[in-house]
Amino acid sequence: MTETMDVTGSAIGRPLRRKEDARLLHGQTNWTDNIQLAGTLHMAVLRSPMAHAKIAHIDVSPALERPHVVAAFSAKELGELNGAVPCVWPVTDDIQMPPFHALAVDKVRHVGDCVAVVIANTKYAAADALDAIDVDYEPLPAVIDMEAALKQGSVAVHDAADGSLGTNRCYDFPLKPTGDGSFEAAVKAAGDDAVVVKRRFINQRIIAGFMEPRAVVASPMGMSNEMTVWSATQIPHVLRVLLALVTGLPENTLRIVAPDVGGGFGGKLQLYREEVLAVQIARHLGRTVKWVETRSEDMVSSHHGRDQIQDIQIAATKDGKLIGMKVDLLANMGAYLQIITPGIPLLGMFMFPAIYKMDAYEFSCTGVFTNTTPTDAIRGAGRPEATYAIERIMDELAAELGMDPLKLREMNWIKNTEFPYTTVAGLAYDSGNYEAATERALELFGYDELRAEQEQRRASGDPVQLGLGISTFTEMCGLAPSRTLGALKYVAGGWEHCTIRALPTGKIELITGTSPHGQGHETAWSQIASSILGVPVDDIEVVHGDTGRAPYGMDTYGSRSLAVGGQAIKKAAERLVEKARIIAAHQLECSPDDLDFIQGEFRVKGDPAKAQPLAAVAFEAFTAHNLPDGVEPTLQAEATVDPNDFSYPHGTHLAAMEVDVETGKVKIRKYVAVDDCGVQVNPLIVEGQVHGGLVCGIAQALYEGVEYDSDGNLLTASLADYLIPSAADLPSFITDRTETPSTTNPLGTKGIGEAGAIASTPAIINGIVDALRPMGVTDVKMPATPENVWRAIQAAQGGAQ
Amino acid sequence: MTHVPISVTVDGALYEAEVEPRSLLVHFLREDIGRVGTVVGCDTSNCGTCTVLLNGRSVKSCSVLAVQANGANVLTIQGLAEGDGNWHPVQQAFKECHGLQCGYCTPGMVMSAVDLLQENPSPSEEEIREGLEGCLCRCTGYHNIVKSVQFAAEMMGGK
Repeated sequence: MTETMDVTGSAIGRPLRRKEDARLLHGQTNWTDNIQLAGTLHMAVLRSPMAHAKIAHIDVSPALERPHVVAAFSAKELGELNGAVPCVWPVTDDIQMPPFHALAVDKVRHVGDCVAVVIANTKYAAADALDAIDVDYEPLPAVIDMEAALKQGSVAVHDAADGSLGTNRCYDFPLKPTGDGSFEAAVKAAGDDAVVVKRRFINQRIIAGFMEPRAVVASPMGMSNEMTVWSATQIPHVLRVLLALVTGLPENTLRIVAPDVGGGFGGKLQLYREEVLAVQIARHLGRTVKWVETRSEDMVSSHHGRDQIQDIQIAATKDGKLIGMKVDLLANMGAYLQIITPGIPLLGMFMFPAIYKMDAYEFSCTGVFTNTTPTDAIRGAGRPEATYAIERIMDELAAELGMDPLKLREMNWIKNTEFPYTTVAGLAYDSGNYEAATERALELFGYDELRAEQEQRRASGDPVQLGLGISTFTEMCGLAPSRTLGALKYVAGGWEHCTIRALPTGKIELITGTSPHGQGHETAWSQIASSILGVPVDDIEVVHGDTGRAPYGMDTYGSRSLAVGGQAIKKAAERLVEKARIIAAHQLECSPDDLDFIQGEFRVKGDPAKAQPLAAVAFEAFTAHNLPDGVEPTLQAEATVDPNDFSYPHGTHLAAMEVDVETGKVKIRKYVAVDDCGVQVNPLIVEGQVHGGLVCGIAQALYEGVEYDSDGNLLTASLADYLIPSAADLPSFITDRTETPSTTNPLGTKGIGEAGAIASTPAIINGIVDALRPMGVTDVKMPATPENVWRAIQAAQGGAQ
Repeated sequence: MTHVPISVTVDGALYEAEVEPRSLLVHFLREDIGRVGTVVGCDTSNCGTCTVLLNGRSVKSCSVLAVQANGANVLTIQGLAEGDGNWHPVQQAFKECHGLQCGYCTPGMVMSAVDLLQENPSPSEEEIREGLEGCLCRCTGYHNIVKSVQFAAEMMGGK
């Protein structure tokens, strides 16, 4: 077995086996649901069975008669404690932000809306007592479809009659250049040479599907204001600020702990109503309150993602040079705005032009309220939707022009000699090498052989046709330069923090503001620190996910942990070495400039026998018996880093898809992913992130899709109905990396957590459409189930839909 | 509700308890005897995170009543490697091949793999994929889980 061994030389770039695994593989885990405090009360939530209804009457008192029930609350009983859940990204000045309370007031607006809670001594008693609550709903018509929601006279999710909006239009975000920069002007200028392709793509709604259901334990400390909250969250630090704002509890008495967290994928980047309820009720009762969702609750109440109608136009000259692009989105907000709901499609705004050069770009997005579960970030958050649209329409354009889709891409992408390059969307890409990634992908894929086989199958009328799907993607990650976030009206910064302590016994404590939930930060962060401090990886302990122990941070999402958090680690480690150097020089009676720091020890230049290891310096800093003048005791350093830019991972993904034209069944014959995430700290972890991302994107392409009926009932309301793919549904992948270091990131790293999810969806669908194009198919509805593929074939051939 | 006495051996230790007839085995493990290494991921028996061995065969412990385990022998992820600090080859293989990320599906995935290799000591990739179909993972894309099971099979002498 490979061990996490002592390291000489740089630990960066090594596929070390993870420190995290021993515990996780032996069931020695600390999930929020494992936390059992004496005297804990359990909360169960009564949820709306209707998508839209007036709560004509509600009486929670019968629940109090049930055994072991301690309390029950509707909005009325909760009163002032029924806090408003905030949205921190008001994307326009005139955005409509309806009130969103922890418990619904007077009306319910989606199936799963929180109506009341029961607090009992056991979770079973709490759940059993929910059906004693007496609720009379007066059903109202529900609006589920975005276009219907925008029509004059549509039912309003937030009705003017209630003093609310009276419109389902949440916001209109235009990016409309005038004059020569406009799409229309650019197309006009090209005259007869312009070819315009217009498509409507539906990027369907999906569910995050983290394996650990959400859970929260809120534990107050009697008459002091102290409150400890354990939550299965990606964002303990953000949660602390928001809970303080929502509940009025002093932030300095709130401690938030994200213990072991079983996946997030954006779904746990949220302030959830149940977190507010647990905290408020715990505070009110002076008792610990615990809530763990069931999976069925998760499906209706954890935020959903994607759900865009994308009208895309792309223009090129007849020989294939891109002229411009116009994007008009409808983005489904769901019934309420959660933490960053309105901003998700705007992250995509930057990415539609992707790796391609063009002179004109227009974008508009309308956010729409519907009687559905709120949407928000899911792995990729805005970028998968954008990448899907651009990579799909590049194939459509290639077909229109009669060009090879790869040639068309190659002709228009930014050449590796052209970096840094500012795109038409205004992003400055620091680095990239699309040629290298593509070349390697083609090599691994056997592109020419597969094209030959495709021809053969077409010629022989094989019932199983072959299609080749291409996705040459990039993404922006490392959220984010605070100034940029401010310009986008996001109400927070994007910095990250690290404190490193060299303890008197020689061990290193690395305190990070990132909050891992599967990403292997304990291992990777140790590798970064080890490479600078020269201390073995196993002597470094990474502390995270607890605002009591790691007070500063902006947490983990948007592929930011390494891209931003890594910079803070590097800076803190370097500062620590500089402080140690002064102490070591004093110990060794030389000038700090005369010291080399090699393999964890300070060595006098020209006299390497005279040396002082970092541990000895740390002990000296602890005893403080003989420190140089002006040097404070203890050896620690901290850094808070605001990134100066995003980073732009990219890659080329190729999918060979077999499509049975008689049954519509598709099979991934071969999938090649060559990613470029710059410098890899731990290639093993990078590889794992790629695999997981791929399957997230492939699942959207082939298996997953949230379905509502016209009354707003969620039809995919359990894991029996919503198809999260299993091992049997998927192939193994062929992966590799090219390495083009980021020039704006001091470690040369870029993000990798979302890349696979961003790249793979269009690769799969392009492959299916490529297989069927001779039959006249130009699009397939996602997920490309046998039924949807079969229908696409029938429709193209003039058969019944 | 009336309680029913049961006695179950879990990870080598005998537990005697009184449970509600409706109690699921997974809730007995987690809440009555504190074996919280086994977890719950759904309420429709789809996710497989709660998989344990019941008399040597893998079961989803959410689809077995605690009373049905009366007199039985249950092995969980916490008892898989005998003694502290020990590793079962399947656990070793998952670490070596990076077959886990967040770790939430891991108890079920590992126990399923153990049963799979008991049945079929040298499974093909397809047999592994079919064999683990009852366990969902959202982090790994299964690629490295399959590799882990293949590596475990090799270590255990299957091929």
